[in-house]
Amino acid sequence: MMSMHRMAVIGDHDSIMGFKALGVSVFPVRDGQEGAAVLRQIGKEDYGVIFITENVGEEMLPVVQEFAARPLPAILYIPNNQGSTGIGLEKIRRIVERAVGVDILTGKEGSQ
Amino acid sequence: MEIKASPNRMQLLMLKRRLTMARRGHKLLKDKRDELMRRFMELIDRNRELRDEVFAQLNQVYQGFLVARGVMSPQMLEEAIMFPKERLALSAREENIMSVRVPRFEWQKEGEVGDIYPYGYAHTSAELDRAIEALSEVLPKMIELAALEKSAELMAEEIEKTRRRVNALEHVLIPRLEETIKFITMKLDETERATLTRLMKIKDMLQARGV
Repeated sequence: MMSMHRMAVIGDHDSIMGFKALGVSVFPVRDGQEGAAVLRQIGKEDYGVIFITENVGEEMLPVVQEFAARPLPAILYIPNNQGSTGIGLEKIRRIVERAVGVDILTGKEGSQ
Repeated sequence: MEIKASPNRMQLLMLKRRLTMARRGHKLLKDKRDELMRRFMELIDRNRELRDEVFAQLNQVYQGFLVARGVMSPQMLEEAIMFPKERLALSAREENIMSVRVPRFEWQKEGEVGDIYPYGYAHTSAELDRAIEALSEVLPKMIELAALEKSAELMAEEIEKTRRRVNALEHVLIPRLEETIKFITMKLDETERATLTRLMKIKDMLQARGV
């Protein structure tokens, strides 16, 4: 079963506007709160992949978590043009910790 | 902790049947957990490789746009990319990995073939062309990375659930069943010994009376 989806990118204007040239929906936001509102809104639509720049992503974490158990949309943190804040890696680390029980990426003891 | 059961043969049989079932379930779930884990680690490995690659390329894309912005006015830049000629059409379907439903994306380039630049060449810079070309190269990888991460997230949940079940069977249900079975067996043995002694006693008494 195939279905068509759109792509979106949420983040600061300067970093993300280039995506427009490839037909990706661009949602420039100033901060994470604005981003969270946008994500809530477009989460209901038929977006398959949503990219979020890490600099606004931190504040959006609670809303991003709401999508954790759903197959779509797939949300990916990307660095913005200032570089990475590391929350994308942090997300992976948490996923691994959950699956394995311990954090094997950094070697610390997990919460379980 | 024992399971409440009256010590008779009926119960013993039932408990033994339950124990066999629990052991079989335990083995199956354990296999499921191991296989899920193997797949999960594969995902994580691929994720790590792809992530480095994507991030490095994305960095170059950003720099490209930065340069483009330097040589063009913001208005011209906005106008230039306003109407995309080519777009990536994304389609998704669900794939089943060990009963976990994960998304799988496919993409197709739509629009005029061989021309990803949504503008005439007159008012734009070669820097912008390069930046957009680089972006169109990295975008499919970004989609794959998003799918990988989502799959890993969904599988992590299933692994956690399965591990809980395995642990519950291994450390709670199976030991309780074993203990209860032991208890009933001992109780039955005890009753049997009691009956035997009683019979011997009666035999003795009857012999003493000379019957």
